[in-house]
Amino acid sequence: MKILVCISNVPDTTSKINFTDSDSKFDKNGVQFIINPNDEFGLTKAVWMKESNNASVTALTVGDISSEAILRKCLAIGADNAIRIDCEALDAYSVAKEIEAHCNEINYDVIICGRESIDYNGGLVPGLLAGYLDYNFITNCVSLDINSDDVKCSREISGGIETSECKLPIVIGAQKGLVEESDLIIPNMRGIMMARQKPLEVIESKDFSNQAVDKKFFKPEEKGEVKLINADEIDKLIDLLENEAKVL
Amino acid sequence: MSVLVYSESEKNSFKKSSYEAVSYGKSLADKMGVELICVTFNCSNSQKLKNFGADKIFNIESQNSQEFTCKVYSTLLLKVIETENVSTVILSSSADSKYLGAYLAGYTYGSYISNVVELPESINPFIVKRSCFTNKAFSSTELKGDLKIISISSNSYGIFEKEGKGSQEEFKVDEIETNHKVTNIEKQSGSVTIADADIVVSAGRGLKGPENWKMIEELAGLLGAATACSKPVSDMGWRPHSEHVGQTGKPVSSNLYIAIGISGAIQHLAGINSSKVKVVINSDPEAPFFKAADYGVVGDAFEVIPRLIQELKAKV
Ligand SMILES: Cc1cc2nc3c(=O)[nH]c(=O)nc-3n(C[C@H](O)[C@H](O)[C@H](O)COP(=O)(O)OP(=O)(O)OC[C@H]3O[C@@H](n4cnc5c(N)ncnc54)[C@H](O)[C@@H]3O)c2cc1C
Ligand SMILES: Nc1ncnc2c1ncn2[C@@H]1O[C@H](COP(=O)(O)O)[C@@H](O)[C@H]1O
Repeated sequence: MKILVCISNVPDTTSKINFTDSDSKFDKNGVQFIINPNDEFGLTKAVWMKESNNASVTALTVGDISSEAILRKCLAIGADNAIRIDCEALDAYSVAKEIEAHCNEINYDVIICGRESIDYNGGLVPGLLAGYLDYNFITNCVSLDINSDDVKCSREISGGIETSECKLPIVIGAQKGLVEESDLIIPNMRGIMMARQKPLEVIESKDFSNQAVDKKFFKPEEKGEVKLINADEIDKLIDLLENEAKVL
Repeated sequence: MSVLVYSESEKNSFKKSSYEAVSYGKSLADKMGVELICVTFNCSNSQKLKNFGADKIFNIESQNSQEFTCKVYSTLLLKVIETENVSTVILSSSADSKYLGAYLAGYTYGSYISNVVELPESINPFIVKRSCFTNKAFSSTELKGDLKIISISSNSYGIFEKEGKGSQEEFKVDEIETNHKVTNIEKQSGSVTIADADIVVSAGRGLKGPENWKMIEELAGLLGAATACSKPVSDMGWRPHSEHVGQTGKPVSSNLYIAIGISGAIQHLAGINSSKVKVVINSDPEAPFFKAADYGVVGDAFEVIPRLIQELKAKV
């Protein structure tokens, strides 16, 4: 079984968000990049499936050379090989198109993405990819069991869990629950050394055009001062919420 | 041309987020001078959408659309999109709608954008404002595809009654081929979910232990609110994972968010920033949450919450 894990390179969760080029681009200056947390859950699950399903695991990212550091980390975590499609990832459409083109050359059985990235937050790539490829698609995925080409999986729905069954090939949108936080693999020295021997291939981009263009970024307005209410006068809080904020 | 709203229903009734999507769709259709089409699946109550502006209502009934799967729903919606010459599709931000949006865009080669917070600032070119970087920023985004699909952030637009023509039309469909079948749905009954809630009562490590959540649940019950928690609280198993909110948990965009014993770390705030009004209750006046909140009480939760419960009980 061949598994592809799509990895998005995102600003660390504590990053200050700033923009450049007259507010049309994210300012990467001084920003630390990490593997998108949802992708890390997916990658760990894929590494487990190397044993349980005798799978091979490829980690892929669409990005410039600066994203190779996180691909090396994926190799250290346990991916067998890594691929970088060389271009600046500007929107989900071109990213999904690039990945689709690669998947048309190499037929993967399972494509694991994160439910959404924590930067652009679109939750677009996995769905687009599944739509382009006409594969089955499960997002917000919290369990996945594959037996030959039978898939049993569940996803989080509003207020509960839904279980369903389908056939391979499939695209998954992973999230916490697929594996737990405590299951995440922290690369050890041996893993890091081995990662250096593993192949990291660079593929040329096919330069697809954008379909959603960020014209301008801006930050939310500064918040006014907090209104403090004395702990002994809680009735005042209720009054303010009722009559000033009008939310009760 | 026309605007289409996928009006999600459950057991023949609509959630507020569905009415909000219809209200948004109506304003957009008016702005564009076109008709508003609402599509429901297996819903005998779809006439209700007329009051929020539906001009045409299609209720699709088919054997394999009893449960939501994105392939079948996308295929059926595409049929309506083609026959009714739809240019723009509006979705809510529910789990199913967001799931559907990206797949539908891939399936139809359309363009989709989520977390939209306002009506488009321009129709041609089509430019909408959406939140990104987990609510730390907004973007004006231009959608270029022929078919434009947007999902709107909950509570960002509001619900407005406005009478539409409301003609109910039949839409005949054949069975759609699929190997994807829903086999089981497990739902907690009774409790309000974070995604649907107008009010969310959330508590953090300041509560000291899981045994102290009774007062949180009581408060939530009085307010008709959903309960939520910070990440460490769910990591330690005090509360279920489904309650973890923040950057790596669930996003919250309720009208009111009450944070009790939560310090207000950047990753927590990232997930709840799009809530309209924020109240913080914390014993430490230096807690960062006070900088992000509208109303604050500096005090011990074990004193403040019982008092709040008492006051609320006295009111009803
Ligand atoms: C990659 C990453 C992702 C993360 N994602 C998330 C996320 O999605 N969501 C999230 O919540 N966190 C997330 N975090 C964790 C985040 O950084 C904080 O550690 C966490 O939010 C703190 O939780 P807390 O406020 O409950 O606990 P604490 O920081 O321990 O705060 C407890 C608060 O309770 C107050 N308190 C104590 N006693 C009382 C009392 N009797 N009455 C009233 N107040 C009291 C204290 O003054 C304090 O402010 C993430 C961290 C990382 C590194
Ligand atoms: N540049 C990229 N390269 C590879 N995979 C990506 C890229 N961007 C997004 N993805 C995948 O798509 C998921 C959802 O991203 P998004 O659509 O940006 O919310 C991520 O969790 C990744 O798995």
